[in-house]
Amino acid sequence: MDVAIIGIGLHRFGRSPDMSGLQQGASAVRAALADAGLSWADMQFAYGGSQDGGNADALVNELGLTGLQFTNIWNGCATGGSSLHAAYSAIKSGEYDVGVVVGFDKHPRGAFNPQPKEWGLDQWYGETGLMLTTQFFALKTQRYMHDHDITEDALIRVSEKAFKNGSLTPTAWRQQALSYEQIANSAMISHPLRKYMFCSPAEGGAALIICNADKAHQYCSKPLFLKAAAVRTRHYGSFEVFAPSQAMEVADAPTVTASEAAFEQAGIGPEDVDVMQLQDTDSGTEIMHMAENGFCEHGEQEKLLREGATGINGRLPINTDGGCLANGEPVGASGLRQVYEVCVQLRGEGGARQVPNQPKVGYTHVYGAPGISGVNIITK
Amino acid sequence: MSQQIPIHDGLFTWPATKPQLLGSQCRQCAETTFPAQPDCRSCGARETNVIELGDRGILWTWTIQTFMPKEPYHSDETPETFRPYGVGYVEMPGGVRVEARLQANSPDQLKIGMLMQLDIIPFRTEANGNQKMTFSFSPVEES
Ligand SMILES: [Zn+2]
Repeated sequence: MDVAIIGIGLHRFGRSPDMSGLQQGASAVRAALADAGLSWADMQFAYGGSQDGGNADALVNELGLTGLQFTNIWNGCATGGSSLHAAYSAIKSGEYDVGVVVGFDKHPRGAFNPQPKEWGLDQWYGETGLMLTTQFFALKTQRYMHDHDITEDALIRVSEKAFKNGSLTPTAWRQQALSYEQIANSAMISHPLRKYMFCSPAEGGAALIICNADKAHQYCSKPLFLKAAAVRTRHYGSFEVFAPSQAMEVADAPTVTASEAAFEQAGIGPEDVDVMQLQDTDSGTEIMHMAENGFCEHGEQEKLLREGATGINGRLPINTDGGCLANGEPVGASGLRQVYEVCVQLRGEGGARQVPNQPKVGYTHVYGAPGISGVNIITK
Repeated sequence: MSQQIPIHDGLFTWPATKPQLLGSQCRQCAETTFPAQPDCRSCGARETNVIELGDRGILWTWTIQTFMPKEPYHSDETPETFRPYGVGYVEMPGGVRVEARLQANSPDQLKIGMLMQLDIIPFRTEANGNQKMTFSFSPVEES
């Protein structure tokens, strides 16, 4: 049995000062229901999650106390991917025909400040200033650039593309394109990553209506199909965030294993993908994730970026809505925004940012602490 | 009288004339971890030995922390007195890469592959005058 996506909804990312996180989640659900032409009472189940926005199942207070099964999911940056995976399994099992997946968040301003004990670490690790995600991404990028002869030029071009795509996306938080020089001259935050190479915590919501594909045509004239949903955690030896030490032998990242599992489920390969969303917490991670997801060889990225291959009109259109760099990262919603954008592209509704030649296969990838990755493959 | 106290027990041998980082090695698969822990992350065995990891290692990667982290960061600095610090992973002879603060804090002082020396340094002074000590690395001067 196939799983269909019959409705998509987004509450604009960025700042919504007059709305709680939950209200932004409800706004996204209403948008997705309207898109599907369904009502909340039609929903048989829901999976949802948020880091700082409150318990997702409290959404029933806004949307209606219909008695549906509502399960809260919390899985760090992979919360959206894990919620979607749970919904995918609920449909595949045959237990349910139609339900909703929702993610939302509202973070305080500034960098995240995770607490050591929540991650199984002792207090000294945080006290002495080693527990910052920005540091980790810089450390991983620094080593990757050294191993694969990648220069700062590649980091700058990723950001340049992200803000350009953001400027074409009406729902993006950052809608102003930045020049190569503006990015190259922005403050160094954590060497080799500069200010305009990092995304920021933000606010927003995203929701999807998921349906048994055999029944999708009852609701929707052009459903999309969720061909794969895979979530994987780290192996011994993979270089991960919040790690006081690492093994000498470096193992594949969880992105590699999640990606391979998803391609196997879908029965296709990276060469079949027409449009992709790859986690871009910073410009270095987008570069690493291009290869970890199988879209190029390690070290090939700089040439691809210089040729414009990852732009909207290139052969590997990556983060067509500006990704996390231009949309910010409301953790609970971010992974579902990726799916939303890929659906927009597959439907041909991307407007100024539409990928040409009617893309048929889309791919989304999230990565987060403490070494978790989620991949989805969506087709027409 | 004020004292110098390690920020956490069991991270390093100290006081000592040549302090060493401490880790654990699995009795089954011989993989090494820092800090020491009773279980093995590689094979899941529940038998490990505490071992000395050494006091010199090779810099595997690095960055510089340019802004003062939020809590749980707990130094005795203020935003005005905050001094950027290096962070790196150092490949230890004991067979593991350890994440650590680096004394060097400018890109021209740091290079992947350089030899680093362990230092046990005062990290913050408590209200009672006691100093909390932590571990850090600095580049070995070429002779
Ligand atoms: Zn073992």
